[in-house]
Amino acid sequence: MSARTESLDDAVARIDDGSSIATGLALEHAIPFAAGHELLRQGRSGLTLIGPISDLLFDQLIGGNAVSGVRAAWAGNVSAGTGYRFRKAVEDGTVEIEDHSNFSIALALQAGSMGVPYLPTKSLLGSDILEHSDLFVTTTDPFTDERIVLVPAIEPDWAIVHVQRASPDGDAHFWGNSGIIDPAVGAAENVLVTAEEVVDPEVIKSDPSRVAITRDQVTSVVECPFGAHPSPVAGRYNRDNEYFLEYARRTDTREAFEEWADEWVYGVDDREEYAALVERELSITDPTVAAEVEYGQ
Amino acid sequence: MGSESYTDRELMVTAAASEIEDGDTAFVGMRLPLIAFQVAVSTHAPNAMAVYESGVVRDAPAEGFIHTMCDLPNLNRAVATTDMIDIMSRLQRGEVDVGFLGGAEIDRYGNLNTTWVEAGDRDIRLTGSGGACDIACMADRTVLLMPHEPRRFAEEVTYATSPGYATDGSGRGNHPAPGGGPSALVTSKAAFGFDDAGELYLRSVHPGVEVADVTDDFPWQLNTAEDVGAGSVTTTPEPTPEELELVRTFDPDGFWT
Repeated sequence: MSARTESLDDAVARIDDGSSIATGLALEHAIPFAAGHELLRQGRSGLTLIGPISDLLFDQLIGGNAVSGVRAAWAGNVSAGTGYRFRKAVEDGTVEIEDHSNFSIALALQAGSMGVPYLPTKSLLGSDILEHSDLFVTTTDPFTDERIVLVPAIEPDWAIVHVQRASPDGDAHFWGNSGIIDPAVGAAENVLVTAEEVVDPEVIKSDPSRVAITRDQVTSVVECPFGAHPSPVAGRYNRDNEYFLEYARRTDTREAFEEWADEWVYGVDDREEYAALVERELSITDPTVAAEVEYGQ
Repeated sequence: MGSESYTDRELMVTAAASEIEDGDTAFVGMRLPLIAFQVAVSTHAPNAMAVYESGVVRDAPAEGFIHTMCDLPNLNRAVATTDMIDIMSRLQRGEVDVGFLGGAEIDRYGNLNTTWVEAGDRDIRLTGSGGACDIACMADRTVLLMPHEPRRFAEEVTYATSPGYATDGSGRGNHPAPGGGPSALVTSKAAFGFDDAGELYLRSVHPGVEVADVTDDFPWQLNTAEDVGAGSVTTTPEPTPEELELVRTFDPDGFWT
């Protein structure tokens, strides 16, 4: 099966209310903010968000009333600390949180991607994440008799991933640190790829070692330049640090968040209009060009 | 105070950097450790390596200021940009010598809370573990960094996100976590160690701070180095001019420090 290349609004329209979505998988790198904002504009609700740490995107989706559950290790604003909409929603009980460590969420998705029911780990032992959880199982390793924690598989309905370039068929190149993109893509039933650039398939085939996602895993491909702003994308643009600080200053109450969202989410129709709001210079001024790689026969 | 003035956080960075030994693999997270690793590898620990849970591996400072481990200067000319399962597997195999952790609350056995705190009649939700629990469980040793505020020192933490030592004084002997546990705490007033029972003790006070200024802030009778037979309480070394210059190179606007 090949993916469909389509517009962001058509691709996001495939995601139903109540879906579970793994996203923000490369941690602070290449976060699919454009797709997240489109979920808000389409009024999605009842989503369960899955991820390792979430640098702001989960906070924004919670602020926009799209979320009923979070399965993650950390949610907030890496520049400023607190994500106020996440904090308030968890304190009020409007969003249910399932606490993980980074490794436990990685292993849960890895188990999903491998088609096994769980994976064992030596992490979590002695932590209240384990003590207070109904999810994990502590047992004795049958081979060593040591205590071991079993992390059950997570299979999200969707993974949303932002990449540098993809072919129209859905094969994607990604470079820079990848966090838990691989296990999440493998575990998810559907994958939405947003790409800085949709390129000729020959570009992708010229460097198969750089392929992070193959077409059989992908439902939709969307060309979406600047689609990860304010997060950075290796080789494309820097992190917009000031955006994160401004967000922290402007979203400590619901009313303030709504005013912020009217400007940055609901007040723009698409990513081109959005890009016009960004005044700061984020382009790469000191590029590193990788040594040429040869394949051939 | 030395001839050149410096901030509390600049001293915390250089004190944290001194906890990285040459040749260490250091697990670096958010905030001050981002600067501390760069200072260490530029001074006494040129053969140290940093691993970051996002998948970054580095052997040198970033050539540019970083807010996060994934800022492009931290990816540029890295040793490797790999993934989390790779980095966490190194940690689980026991290959990480030292990891850095912060917390909203700490108890006398180095258990850290970054999940929930109680403030009066209100429960406040914090950001959560991130990779901190994994580091606390599995690194050979951990170095803890936090602002020196009495409300952060608790007989019992509300929620032990990142385990330290057993609260019965048995250290990590019968503790289920495989790593070595915390070796130091650095606050904005003092530096602390952990004794054989895993209990926190005062190791050094920062210049200008009295021992009583520190011990009075704890809700339990805090041991000092004398009490545990670890010599006497010393004064934390001030940042050297070279270290200060490096801190200000890596954090030119003082955002973190």
